[in-house]
Parts: sequence; C-alpha cells; structure tokens
Amino acid sequence: MSTATAQKKGFGATLWDYLTTVDHKKIAILYLVAGGIFFLAGGLEAMLIRIQLAVPDNDFVSAGLYNQLITMHGTTMIFLAAMPLIFALMNIAVPLQIGARDVAFPFLNSLGFWLFFFGGVLLNVSWFTGGAPDAGWTAYAPLSTTSPGHGVDYYVMGLQISGAGTLIGGINFLVTIVNMRAPGMTYMRMPLFTWTAFVTSVLILFAFPALTVGLFLMMFDRMFGANFFDPQMGGNHVIWEHLFWIFGHPEVYILVLPIFGLFSDIISTFSKKRLFGYSAMVFAVVLIGFLGFMVWAHHMFTTGLGPVANSIFAIATMAIAVPTGIKIFNWIFTMWGGSIRMTTPMLWTVAFIPSFTLGGFGGVMLAAAAADYQYHDTYFVVAHFHYVIVGGVVFGVFAGLHYWWPKFFGTMLSEKLGKLAFWPFFIGFHLTFFIQHFLGLMGMPRRYWKFLPNQDLDLGNLVSTIGAFLMAIGAVIFLINVIVTSVKGEKVSGDPWDGRTLEWSIPSPPPFYNFTQTPLVRGLDPLWIEKRQGNGKMTPAEPLGDIHMPNNSFIPFVMSLGLFIAGFGFIYQVDDKNWLIVGIAGMLITLGSMFVRSVKDDLGYHIHKEDLEKGAGSE
Amino acid sequence: MAKNTNSTSYEFYKQKNKEEMKYQLITFALMIIFTLVSFGMVIAEYNPMFTIPVIILLACVQVGFQLYYFMHMSHKGHGLPALFLYSGVFVALLTVLAMVTIVWW
Repeated sequence: MSTATAQKKGFGATLWDYLTTVDHKKIAILYLVAGGIFFLAGGLEAMLIRIQLAVPDNDFVSAGLYNQLITMHGTTMIFLAAMPLIFALMNIAVPLQIGARDVAFPFLNSLGFWLFFFGGVLLNVSWFTGGAPDAGWTAYAPLSTTSPGHGVDYYVMGLQISGAGTLIGGINFLVTIVNMRAPGMTYMRMPLFTWTAFVTSVLILFAFPALTVGLFLMMFDRMFGANFFDPQMGGNHVIWEHLFWIFGHPEVYILVLPIFGLFSDIISTFSKKRLFGYSAMVFAVVLIGFLGFMVWAHHMFTTGLGPVANSIFAIATMAIAVPTGIKIFNWIFTMWGGSIRMTTPMLWTVAFIPSFTLGGFGGVMLAAAAADYQYHDTYFVVAHFHYVIVGGVVFGVFAGLHYWWPKFFGTMLSEKLGKLAFWPFFIGFHLTFFIQHFLGLMGMPRRYWKFLPNQDLDLGNLVSTIGAFLMAIGAVIFLINVIVTSVKGEKVSGDPWDGRTLEWSIPSPPPFYNFTQTPLVRGLDPLWIEKRQGNGKMTPAEPLGDIHMPNNSFIPFVMSLGLFIAGFGFIYQVDDKNWLIVGIAGMLITLGSMFVRSVKDDLGYHIHKEDLEKGAGSE
Repeated sequence: MAKNTNSTSYEFYKQKNKEEMKYQLITFALMIIFTLVSFGMVIAEYNPMFTIPVIILLACVQVGFQLYYFMHMSHKGHGLPALFLYSGVFVALLTVLAMVTIVWW
C-alpha cells in the first residue's frame, strides 16, 4: 500500500479508498458528506412542517405524516446532522491542533463513522417501509411503546447503532487528546477547540450509556414483551423520561461545546489577539460540562416530581448561565481593541453571540419551574431550543466549515458567496424563531398538526414560514458555493487566514501523515509565537525519521453492515419469527468480522525517511 | 530495569517491590476478613438495618483496595484514570439517587 505516488485515481479506486480509509482527514470528509446529506433531509422535513403551518387549518400533509415529520426532523437534526458535523470538525482539526499524525485508534475512528452511517440509514429506511417513527424525537413512553407499526422500532434500532458509533468516537478523541499531544503541548496550551472537544468527549462517555440503557429497555418493551415502561405490569414510564434526559441534556452540551471552542479560535484568529481569559474559558467549559449532568429534570418540571426536586433542578439550571456568561464576555473582550477582519467565519461568529444569548435568556426563563408550567410544550420551547441549536450549532458549523475548508479540501470557499449565504440565513433564522416565542406565550402548543383561524396565530405562523424559506435560500447559496469552489479547484497555501494554531503550520490539505516532523510547542497559539519570535515555522521536536502508519481496512464497514442487517431482523421478528434468521445472520457477520480483526495481525507500514525527503504524499 | 546493573538501584527496586508485596498481602488478608465478617453477620442473623449498611461499607472499602493495591491506581501517572473513574461514579450515583428519591420513593 503505497500512497507515495500522486497520480489521479479512478472513481472506483477513490470509492474503495474512502470505504476503507482510517485517515482522520478522510473520515472527517465522510462525516461531512453524510452529515450534510442528513442535514438536507432534516431541512426538507422542516420545510414541509412550515408549509403545513403556513396557513390555519391546512391540509398539506395528513396528521399521521405530520407526526412522522416532526419526529424525524428532530431525530435527524440532532443525531444524524449535528453530531456528525461536529465529528467532522473534530476529526479534521483536533489531531492537527495537537500536533498528532492521527487519532489514537484509527480503526475505531472508521468503525465509529460506519456505525453512525448505517444507524442513520436504518432510521431513514422507515420512510419506505410503512411509516417513520411518530412518537416525537423524545419518544416518551407510553406513546412510543404503544405506537402501532414499526416506526418506533426503527427509531430504537437506528439510534442504538449510531449511538454506539458516537460512543466509540468519543472515547477515541479522549485517548487521542490525553496521549498524543506534541512535545510541549501541555493541557493549558491546547487550543480552545481541542479543549472543548475533550470535554465533549467526556460528556459523550458519560451520557451515551444512559441512552443505550433506555433504548435497550424500550427495545425489550416493544419487541420482546418486557414491561419496563408499563405501569399496569409494575413498570414506570417516568423512567424513560429520566434516562432519556440524563442523556439528552448533556447531549445539547455535547453539540454546543465544540462550537464554543471553535468560536474562541475564530475570534482569536480574526481579532489578531490572544484569547481573553484563556484559563477562565477552560474553567467555564469544564464547569458547563460538570453542571450539565445535574439539570436534566428541568425538561420534566410538569411531570410531577414535586416542589423540592423542581427547585433543585431550577437552581442548578440557572447556575449554568454563569459559566456561559463568562464565555460570552470573554469573546467580547477578545474582540475589544482587536484588529478585526470580518471574514465569513467571523461574520457567523459575531452573529452567533447575540443569537445564542437570546436563546440563553429563553433558557433562564424556562428554568423558572413555576413559570415553566405556562411555557411547557408550547412554541416558546421550540423557539428556545432552535435559538440555541441553530443560533449556536448550525452557525458554528457554517463558521467552522468556512474556517477549515482549506484543511478539508485545500481550497477556499468563496468569501463573496459565503457572505451572500449568511444574510438570508441569519435574517430568516430570526424571522422563523423569534416570533415563535410569542406564539408560544399566546398558547400555541408544539407538535400540533394544525391551528384554527382567527386565534391571532395566523400572522405569526406565516412570518415564521417565510423565515424558513429564507433559511433554505441561505443553505442553497452555501451549496452553490461548495460546488463553485470545487469546480474552480484553486489551491491555497497552508495558512490562508494568518492562523495561530498548529493546523496552519502544515500544507492545505495536509499530507496523509500530517507532520513530517512532530512540532515543538512553546506556548499557547504555538504558530503565532513562532511568527512573532521565531522564523514563522514550527521547530521540529524530532529528527526526520520513518513514520509508522496504519493500514486501510474494510472491516469497519462490514462490521457495521452486519448490525444494519441484524437491525431489520430484530424489527420484523415481531411479525414473523423467521426474521430472527436475518437477525442472527447479521450478528454473525459482525461477530465474524470482529473475530477476523482479533486474530489477524495488522501492524501497519512505514513511510521511509528517504521517501519523505523526496516529498512523499505531499501531492 | 533489566539493563540496569547498578546495584544501588537494584536494591532500591527490590526494597520497593518487597514493600508492595507486603501491602498486597495485607490487603488480601483484610479482604478475606471483610468477607468472613459479612458472612458472619448474615449467619448470626443480626438486624438487617445494621447488617446491610455495614456490608455495603465493607464492599466500598474492598473496591478501594482492589483499585489501589491490586490495579496499581496508587502508582504515579494514574491521576487521569482516577479522575474519570470518580466522575463516572459521581454520574452513576446521581442517576441512582434521582431514581430512588423521585421515581420510586
């Protein structure tokens, strides 16, 4: 396996390369493409929802289909769009930022992606096999346990498989950041994005098991006749709510924390200043992660937990506003007096600060348990979480893609089209969701299929729908930008933004081994230090030597495919026990490939020093 | 260490290993005693309100022994695994506490 030759490969060879790759940069592209496709699917579902609600008493979609649309919109956007896009950014940037040649477990990285991908595909197959899940993205029991058809079964199996992938990915990044930092890269010199990726991985490690347990209980309730969530048989359906939110609340921090880190890096780069209050920022991230585990019951204030539990969780929730406030102010202070360049990433970042803060205000309002009885399950909640997730995560993903596009593909997204995409999206976003706060306060419940005319809800909903179309226009302009950029294919230098961190010290796109020689890190913003005090290049920490690289492997794909097949078997064995054969066959494929992986020694290969000197792999 | 023929360092490690062996034997003996005490309390049919908390306490101490003396968590460089272990224990305890107090109680 020699990639030393830089010849043009055919389509088949490229496809095979991506199916078997263990390179973190290629896996990042896989995450980006898969997450992008699911994002478009989720966006399409959102558009259908908004068209249905554009006018009162509409019959654009049926009630049953509407339930499927809202369920799949939420599930897709959280698990299949936001998570992989975050993983795309983490994969492209974290190893480069810490000066590593790859993640700690390249094989597991690939396995994590394929598990996520097949889980997502399994979930979406349900559209074509008699109905998607329709119990809401939270799948509260008993609605989910009694929902007819196989929709919720697909939800359970799809999320179980993709959740395993996410867990694997999280552990991989933990080990990478702990063990693979370049010499001199101490914890308190790590770029903020790496720090937040670290805390996010911790949250994944501790939060996803709760989801796994919840989904297992749900699986046994629905498919194997258990009664964990059935009060008549001695079960308790509130347990599902707890398990779901013990996972679900940290999940929103899993999504938004890397974005916080990304914005910190972007603000620092484009203000030409060291991040204000670096250690306070790190402290705030860790504190948000810690507090994130003690607030889940604020999603359940109206479940009847009692005043004591409600008060405890209300206060814990409000406490999170403190570290978040620290971050907001530090971003502002970083920009203060800086030499600011309003590039596209910076534009998204500057738009993020007020948008996200508005979402935070809504959050503090919702945290007041007594007042929450008024807001609960209304459009106020919908407005709040779209403000934090779109205004935080989606803005952040756009900013991050513009920022790291050179590291993904070696080209730069057009600044002009980037800004042109920003404005309709930004205006449309506020148009769509700001007014939903008021719709909620006026009593419009969420998840309802239609609303009646002449209840003062008509205009607000129409405005909201118009906003949604503007957002769609923004997203389409971004896609055009991507196509135009890749058709032009103008290569850029390794450091187009005048960056501060290690990923900008190597070419764009980086050679597959990233660093020819591991760099020596002398402080925070290592490349900036070298630019100011050195010759602008990183000092190598080791002599030029052979580089050990892992071999590509097709096993992760097969392993995940086995679970995908087994998923169908388990879903349909409810109707006909013969389907168990499919389930067993799928499990055998997975276990067989695990066995092959265990007994076959795969020691990787070396790139030799002489080849490196000749410029191997630098294309 | 095999390459190191320096007798002082050899003596040092010998001494250290000996000490470690001593601690392992002591904890091993203590763990057996704890187990015997637990069984004894059940056989003697003490009040369960007394027996159950004591057995849980002894179990916790045994877990500590296991981690620190047999799995070498007392050694240097195990700070991070310890941190993650305790964080995990914290999250799990919080979950169980919530379930016990606000779901089942």
